[in-house]
Amino acid sequence: MSESSMPLPGRLPDVAEQESRTDTFGNIVEILHDWVTTVDHKKIGILYILYSLVMLVAGGIEILLIRLQLAGPRLNVVPAEVFNRLFTMHGTTMIFFVAMPIFVGFANYLVPLMLGVRDIAFPRLNAFSFWMTAFGGLLLYYSFLGGDGLQGAGTAPDVGWFAYAPLTERAFSRGHSTDFWALALILSGFGSIGGAINFITTAFCLRCKGMTLFRMPLFVWLMIVSSVLVILAVSPLTAAQAMLLIDRYLGGHFFDTQAGGSATIWMHFFWIFGHPEVYVLIMPAFGIASEVIPVFSRKAIFGYPAMVAASVSIAFVSLSVWAHHMFTIGMSAAGNAFFALSTMIVGIPTGIKIFNWLATLWGGKIRFEVPMLFSLAFLFQFLIAGLTGIMLAVAPFNWQLHNSYFVVAHFHYVIVGAILFMVFAGFYYWYPKVTGRMLDGRLGKLHFWLFVIGFHVTFDTMHIPGILGMPRQIYTYEIDRGWGTYNLVVTIGAFIQAVAILIFVANLIISLFRGKIAGPDPWDAWTLEWTTASPPHAYNFDAEPVVYSARPLWDLKHPDDPD
Amino acid sequence: MPLCRKIALASLVAMLLCGLPLFAGQSRTNIFSPQSAPARSIVAVSHFTLAITGLIFAVVGGLLAYVIIRFRRRDSDDGTEPPQIFGSTQIELSWTIIPVLIVTVIFLTTARVIFDVQDAPKPKSALDVTVVGHQFWWEVRYPGSQVTTANELHVPVSSASAPTPTFIKLTSADVVHSFWVPELAGKTDVIPNRINELWIAPEKAGLFEGQCAQFCGAEHALMLLRVYADTPENFAAWIRQQQQLAAAPQSDAVAQGRKQFEAQACINCHAVAGTVANGRFGPDLTHLMSRDTLASGAMPNTPENLARWIDNPDTFKHGSLMPSMHLTKPQIDQITTYLVTLK
Repeated sequence: MSESSMPLPGRLPDVAEQESRTDTFGNIVEILHDWVTTVDHKKIGILYILYSLVMLVAGGIEILLIRLQLAGPRLNVVPAEVFNRLFTMHGTTMIFFVAMPIFVGFANYLVPLMLGVRDIAFPRLNAFSFWMTAFGGLLLYYSFLGGDGLQGAGTAPDVGWFAYAPLTERAFSRGHSTDFWALALILSGFGSIGGAINFITTAFCLRCKGMTLFRMPLFVWLMIVSSVLVILAVSPLTAAQAMLLIDRYLGGHFFDTQAGGSATIWMHFFWIFGHPEVYVLIMPAFGIASEVIPVFSRKAIFGYPAMVAASVSIAFVSLSVWAHHMFTIGMSAAGNAFFALSTMIVGIPTGIKIFNWLATLWGGKIRFEVPMLFSLAFLFQFLIAGLTGIMLAVAPFNWQLHNSYFVVAHFHYVIVGAILFMVFAGFYYWYPKVTGRMLDGRLGKLHFWLFVIGFHVTFDTMHIPGILGMPRQIYTYEIDRGWGTYNLVVTIGAFIQAVAILIFVANLIISLFRGKIAGPDPWDAWTLEWTTASPPHAYNFDAEPVVYSARPLWDLKHPDDPD
Repeated sequence: MPLCRKIALASLVAMLLCGLPLFAGQSRTNIFSPQSAPARSIVAVSHFTLAITGLIFAVVGGLLAYVIIRFRRRDSDDGTEPPQIFGSTQIELSWTIIPVLIVTVIFLTTARVIFDVQDAPKPKSALDVTVVGHQFWWEVRYPGSQVTTANELHVPVSSASAPTPTFIKLTSADVVHSFWVPELAGKTDVIPNRINELWIAPEKAGLFEGQCAQFCGAEHALMLLRVYADTPENFAAWIRQQQQLAAAPQSDAVAQGRKQFEAQACINCHAVAGTVANGRFGPDLTHLMSRDTLASGAMPNTPENLARWIDNPDTFKHGSLMPSMHLTKPQIDQITTYLVTLK
């Protein structure tokens, strides 16, 4: 640095060097400007994914602090108030600013490519949606700086991610931390709804020639289902946040129990959003599984129409199960029985999906590439998550398990064991399409094995303290409760997972420069995105593709045996 | 490699599922060691559910492991694609109908237990108790005998020959809490502006522990709950004792302490029956020393802990709503001297 900036005496500054420097600077500005103003679905998709990865690291740091505090009874790593902020931020971040946007990112990139079109239906709405989501997350995290209001009021939100009223009312939550939480979710909610409208419109109105609805890749179908749920589920959440803000600042009494409001109304609003939300997240994961499993077992997906029907019926039933989060609020016996039944019914179409994936594997030639490893682990873990879900649907069992660490273990089995595993599968599968280079397979396998081990050490063990009566969201616990050893094991597992994720991030960066050149179709796959270059040109396809079946590349590769 | 992993995975889960009953006795908050009728019905339906889901896991997980091993690509593979199969209506129908049957069976069992527990008839001999949740402690009232206490419930043992179950009415003074003593019953939320009901019927005398199970603010973790099941004679004696007014000071030092207590802001929040102290925001102190713990189970109730608690509640329970009154050391000693006589 010193040499180039301190020209030798008598020597004129190197004109070429200077020019090239301004060029680089100019280039950076131009590139930044391009990314900020872009309406290209591929770039917006990448923005969504990078944003989610940053938030994943933020949420991950929060959880590591939480796990340190809980590693033993009566520890003092962080004070109670900070602990409560950490788990509120961890939950909110992981659901709204990691899991949701990362799939929107995948879908943004892939849906137009899979349908053989140039872009998504409303590109500018798409950019708007991303920036709303992004600003929502920034607003949430700005609360660490700006949340202080009254003297003694906290900074970041500390009311839990489902923020039961009236704890969120001004009488109990002073200052502005809860406002940051509510406003951040309203903002990102608009982003999610915009994205959902875009995917539905794109899939129904913008398909290439020959691409009938039942020739669309299952990933697109599942994004439609997920998007419909976003529109139905996020709206009540936004409404509830508006009601909360009216309570807090305009003298409303929706949830203000001291003035005759109702605490249970908030629960209903929240879980009418909260349960379908689980399916908003799991549908894209199902979609990725339905793309990866056929390609790596070299067989067409078994029972395509049944898969679509099962997904649609899961979505439909999922709208009438919300009160299984509320078995303990003192509903009537008939109410409890109804929600137990509706919840168990979800198991039927879900079972169909697992059996269909199993039948896809049956008679195939399974290649154990990294995306497939993650998908196979997903199948096992999702099976277990489904079965603990049945246990929780048994209302009396739920009276014991509700709000215990068993529930925490159950939903992390879904969100990490199923959803995050499929996110990783998706990364390894489509990274070559996005960057033109393969992710390193050996680092990938290391990442996979470490993550599987860490996952099971953490979440298998976590069921036990729940059974032994440990409630969630407690910052410490008594020595004589017998939870200490299990919590220590859980904490160790969490750090193993953190190491695995570091390896993954390193792999993403290293492979960007040193990865093997992928070519358009590295996995010998069958859907349209693999016909175009890796990375695809700005306009995706040189000519509009024409398809004759659900697997256009299979038809090309096997002209003697087309679908 | 995948084989090893699947076996390891399967055995981990099998351990988890089969090992559940083994935890009985290790912890006093184990949901699988029921000591009361509702908890016992829950365990019965839980075991049934575990058996069915365990079986499903064994069959489907086993099939999955088999498929992955059996249909892996061999080294001798010739590179051709396997036969493409697109579906089969018969097979798909069969694996739709079997889950329907399983769901029907689990649902009917579940519904029976829901109605059994929730709609259980209340016998005439039942005891009524009212529990009010506060940030971060429990107010306990016995409407039949005009007794008020905090954090530690006393209830009679209920035997099959002379059932005396306790029916607890739950409500909250501020935010949502949840009443959970795993060995006695499932949890029931404690919600402001709403009255929920829960019943327990402890089968043997002893202490049953639990805690608040719904996040309710800063000190949610230290909102512990203790239920003492007493023999009918002991319970009657306890009630009689709690009905007494606070003991009158027996010495000058105690009388001084009482004067100090009544002169400070203590009485705005705390009540001591038979004195001017009649505050309602904090726990009733009439028989403070009859309780084993302080601050909703945050620490044992000893004179030293009591003095430190009065000095600065934050030492034990950072988010406690009781403020430090900035009393001098002699003031604290005087008040403690008085409070320890409230047996």
